[in-house]
Amino acid sequence: MSKFENIAQCVLDGEFKKVKGLVNKAMEDGAKPMDIINEGLIGGMNLVTPLFKTGEMFVPEVMKSAKTMNIGMDLLKEYIKEGDLVTKGVIITGTVKGDLHDIGKNLVGMMLESSGYTVIDLGTDIEPEDFLKAIEKEKPDIIGMSALLTTTMMNIKETIDFLEEKGVRNKVKIIVGGAPISQEFANQVGADGYGEDAAAAVELCDSLVSEKAHA
Amino acid sequence: MKKSYTQLAYKDLNDFVYGSCPNPVTTKSGLVIGGGTIYPELNFTLPGMNIDENSIKDAYKIYADIINGSLKRAHELHAPGVVLELETLVNFTENPKWGIEVNRIILDIMKEYADKYGLKTALRATLNDTREMSRPPVMRSGKYWDGMMEAFEGCARDGADFLSIESTGGKELHDDALVNAEIKQVIFSLGVLATRDMEFLWGHLVDIADRNNCYAAGDSSCGFANTAMVLAERGFIPKSFAAVVRVASASRALVAYEMGAVGPSKDCEYAGPYIKAITGTPISAEGKSAACAHFSPVGNISAAVADLWSNESVQQVKLLSDYAPIVSMEQLIYDCRLMNEATKQGMNVQFRDLLVESDSRLDVQAYVLRPDFVFDISKELVKEQNPFLRTKLAAQLAVEGLKKGIADGKVSADKRDNKYLDIMARELDEIPEEPMEFYNDIKEDLDESKYLPGEYLIG
Repeated sequence: MSKFENIAQCVLDGEFKKVKGLVNKAMEDGAKPMDIINEGLIGGMNLVTPLFKTGEMFVPEVMKSAKTMNIGMDLLKEYIKEGDLVTKGVIITGTVKGDLHDIGKNLVGMMLESSGYTVIDLGTDIEPEDFLKAIEKEKPDIIGMSALLTTTMMNIKETIDFLEEKGVRNKVKIIVGGAPISQEFANQVGADGYGEDAAAAVELCDSLVSEKAHA
Repeated sequence: MKKSYTQLAYKDLNDFVYGSCPNPVTTKSGLVIGGGTIYPELNFTLPGMNIDENSIKDAYKIYADIINGSLKRAHELHAPGVVLELETLVNFTENPKWGIEVNRIILDIMKEYADKYGLKTALRATLNDTREMSRPPVMRSGKYWDGMMEAFEGCARDGADFLSIESTGGKELHDDALVNAEIKQVIFSLGVLATRDMEFLWGHLVDIADRNNCYAAGDSSCGFANTAMVLAERGFIPKSFAAVVRVASASRALVAYEMGAVGPSKDCEYAGPYIKAITGTPISAEGKSAACAHFSPVGNISAAVADLWSNESVQQVKLLSDYAPIVSMEQLIYDCRLMNEATKQGMNVQFRDLLVESDSRLDVQAYVLRPDFVFDISKELVKEQNPFLRTKLAAQLAVEGLKKGIADGKVSADKRDNKYLDIMARELDEIPEEPMEFYNDIKEDLDESKYLPGEYLIG
């Protein structure tokens, strides 16, 4: 197995205690940091995502893989130039006003980060004004809003309408999710997409980002 | 603690059956919960709508419509009695006067049906644990705590029969523990944080109930074990992990009864059988007829020893037949009618066993609800009075019982379940006997921004 395959396997297996040793060894053997990142660390995560989608990996295993990848990344940060690491896109996530549920949102954020996105999580019970401030500050590509209750899901519409009123709606794509949410609801409230689970959310973001790139 | 349980409430497994228990409770209208008949418990909620000062009167009307429609159907179907659960949306606990008003509206309609038709009903007021609205949560004081207590006091004073809550003390660390499948952190969250919070919270709820002539009924580990169950159903975490969490949560649930709660426990407390086996108090349960709210692998077995049978929750939306709460009312009444008929004909144990056997071999989460499995574990749990050690013991016994059940071919399991059972066994053995020693062992792995140790009397 090549040094990159070793690192990728280490990420796949979630062996976070071993990754530093393997990354250091690869560096000592002359491997370039960006090659270690792309072919080893990200290469390993690219094996993880499809296994999660098909139910062959549990979330805790994906979390360990993500942790392993991040430990490797942290070790290599000082060796790479700013701008070498390209993010697929910036995504802001938050549970809407009045709603405290966040496990689903956190899983989506974790999957998006593992897939190469920069995720800024605002947390729970987020007012429309706070989504606006985040858009103005972070200039995201996508906003992800979640709600778990039939009474708080209406705050998704309130937030979207608010962003429209403030003239920022067309600057971002908006995806929605949560137990009471459906594609029909997403259409009604003017969202750009609905993700029924974390894996679907990643695919949706990929397609929205691609759409934006080709526009 | 006010009470301790040092032996099972039952001598014979054949007495451990739906509809009856050694310590039934009698409602204001004369319903005897756990007195031989299983009753439906209807839970309902508003459709998607904003709730504020402008729409609150619309909300009141919707609640009135729900109760009128459901009780009318209950009368038409000759229901011997019905329990209604007002499980408030968070706005109704944050604004106690709203929750108290809805409680009063429901009680008024219940009285109308009692006066007109002799329909016996009872009301469970389940207010929200709004403490989690501050992050990290402040558990023992503050505006949210004050609002909760005001709402409970008002509902109890005005005539609710039962007080319940789905409390969340410890959940702020438990969620992380689930998604990372960290059993040690589960045991810390449930066995240290949650049990301490339960002792505090239920001390107050029992006082309110005693002052107002109603029952401190019971809590639910919904935010812990049901979250695990839902994650397992989606394939996010192993089912074996969720099953062990389920059994471990029984120790936390028991603390409410040690503080003076008397049942019936909440519908979504799926570890209810463990509570009933130990305390002899009645329990509510939900399963197949709660599919309107969520799916589960325990649709039949969850009824096996239930004393109230619930739909979990359903919104006021129109289906082809009628509004959904009325539909749920009908489904629950028929379920209960069948079970009560089996009891009348001396076939309740056989019926219980059909409910059990139809589910238990198909999923480890159903297996841990088998009456015999519950008895075996509960017999050991009552030997341990320390809630933390009892939580650890419950998890260890669940792991052992599941490994044996899988090895004996009594329950099917994903091959990865065995791997996780081995991991859990190892990690549970590493947990020290002393909670502060345990805390010191794991504290660097805990996200200190998510909880306030002082709120749980740590540090």
